[in-house]
Amino acid sequence: MKIKKDNLKKYSLLSSQIRETILKASFECNERTHIGGALSMVEILAVLYENYIKKNGLNKFILSKGHGFLGLLSALYCKKFISKKKLSSFQKNGSELIAHPIVDIKNGIESSNGSLGQGLSFASGIALSYKKRKKKGKIFVLVGDGECYEGSNWEAAITATELNLNNLFLIVDCNNFQNDGKINKQMNWSNLVKKWKGFGWNTIKGDGHNLQTISNALKKIHKNKPTVFLAKTTKGKGVKFMERNNDWHHNRLTKNLYLQALKQI
Amino acid sequence: MNNKILSQWSRMGPRAMFGQFMIDIGKKNKDLMVISADLGRSSGLDRFKAAFPNKYLSVGICEQNLIGIASGLAREGYKVFITSFAPFLSMRASEHIRMNLGYMKHPVNIVALGSGLSMGFLGNSHFGLEDVSIMRTIPGLKIFSPADSLELKKILFDLSNNKRGPSYVRLTGIPGSPIVYEKDYKYKFKKPNILSNGKDCLILSTGSVLGQVKVASKLLKKSKIDPCIINVHTLKPLNIPFLKKYINNFKYIITIEEHTIIGGLNSVLSQNFISEFNNKKIFNISLPDEFGPTGDYEYLLDYHGLSGKKIFRKIKNFLKN
Repeated sequence: MKIKKDNLKKYSLLSSQIRETILKASFECNERTHIGGALSMVEILAVLYENYIKKNGLNKFILSKGHGFLGLLSALYCKKFISKKKLSSFQKNGSELIAHPIVDIKNGIESSNGSLGQGLSFASGIALSYKKRKKKGKIFVLVGDGECYEGSNWEAAITATELNLNNLFLIVDCNNFQNDGKINKQMNWSNLVKKWKGFGWNTIKGDGHNLQTISNALKKIHKNKPTVFLAKTTKGKGVKFMERNNDWHHNRLTKNLYLQALKQI
Repeated sequence: MNNKILSQWSRMGPRAMFGQFMIDIGKKNKDLMVISADLGRSSGLDRFKAAFPNKYLSVGICEQNLIGIASGLAREGYKVFITSFAPFLSMRASEHIRMNLGYMKHPVNIVALGSGLSMGFLGNSHFGLEDVSIMRTIPGLKIFSPADSLELKKILFDLSNNKRGPSYVRLTGIPGSPIVYEKDYKYKFKKPNILSNGKDCLILSTGSVLGQVKVASKLLKKSKIDPCIINVHTLKPLNIPFLKKYINNFKYIITIEEHTIIGGLNSVLSQNFISEFNNKKIFNISLPDEFGPTGDYEYLLDYHGLSGKKIFRKIKNFLKN
């Protein structure tokens, strides 16, 4: 299904804004931040926040991959969930806006995360309550590919199919890296596709930076299965010296590098 | 509430009674969810499930996932009670409890079955020896340890009628464990309950082992020792002013619990009353910091000095010195 040019433009514009905000917030806090993993989820966030997630809306987004919070935070800022002033408190002493999300529903942060493998079960609980109350709305969850090592994800994967949670939509940010480097073959993109299929999920795969692909994927709904979108992404996407360079998993941006990065996006 | 009913409840045991009480709670609460990780039958929930199929869910043998799902339902406004055996909840799912019930404060009620030594021949893998110790470190999690089925009922009703936040209810005892409350009484959240108002020593205890304490108390009275017995049914938050008043009035203080010496009632009290305990004689009966033998419940309580007779003898010796 081809999306309208206007929409594509909107997604593209929002992606650029999110990317810029990620770099800016990272530079301004003058601390090490999770830049690489934030940059890999930008296009996914752009489509989600342009099209699905509204303030106090029925659709929800749970960031299970908590260390991607810099990305989520930037999307929340660009879509005016949080103010410039609030954004400027990112990773400042005493702030609630830190490396991992702390639940703050009125500002669009749906859960506290940071310990991996917990978001999918929590989101299943919300999705189940929607089903029971016949509430419309989709519960989106984002996990990392490295995060898929956590066994609790697979516990949730089993119950979500048994409970027919077709309002649950999982996105796996397959950027092929984890803290210590490249992820093991077992968890690579093509193996993850097999795994989720094997667990009975409606499984879609595609380029996690292609706005058309993401937009089509997020529309998918199965009549009784939860859906997973295995999004192939690039860690550090958009900034050449960060792309596939795991030094940028958690690092500090100097002024020089910040200016260099801004030019590239 | 007559004695006949209470005896019947005691015969059925805390797990079966939990299932029964949930039926009453189910009648009154539209947005109730009771979830188990494959231990619905062990939680006495068969009748509940039949009566309210829409309010019951079995998620399978996956305690971490159980906590997450419960947390999501609680977020959406459901009153949620979850059950499994004590170690599987308090230890296997501990960090999920920390994130979901602690950090996010989602008001899920954990009902931990078969805690203490009550799993008998199933052994240490199933015992709840250290659950209080672990759960107590999670900020905001309230910890209840009912003495018998009547108290369990009062705690469950209190949790379902009030917004107490996340909680951990520790079930000890087996079918036939002695009744602690022989008639109805007034339960008040957080307020310890005086079971016997003696003057010779102060016994602070919690959970179904209070049934054994009562047996010991009868023997002590025959030996002309009249103990004051306080049921500390709520270990967190602790009612410090109430307990302080009593602790100040006694020289001999005995703590009795079906939990390891590390982090249970004795630790809770020692930590809160360090200066009060300074000039007193303190004696503790609890489980040792080790994996002990296996046997039936009666054998295990006696082995660890927690049977009525052993408690009696230990206290008598303690007071002699």
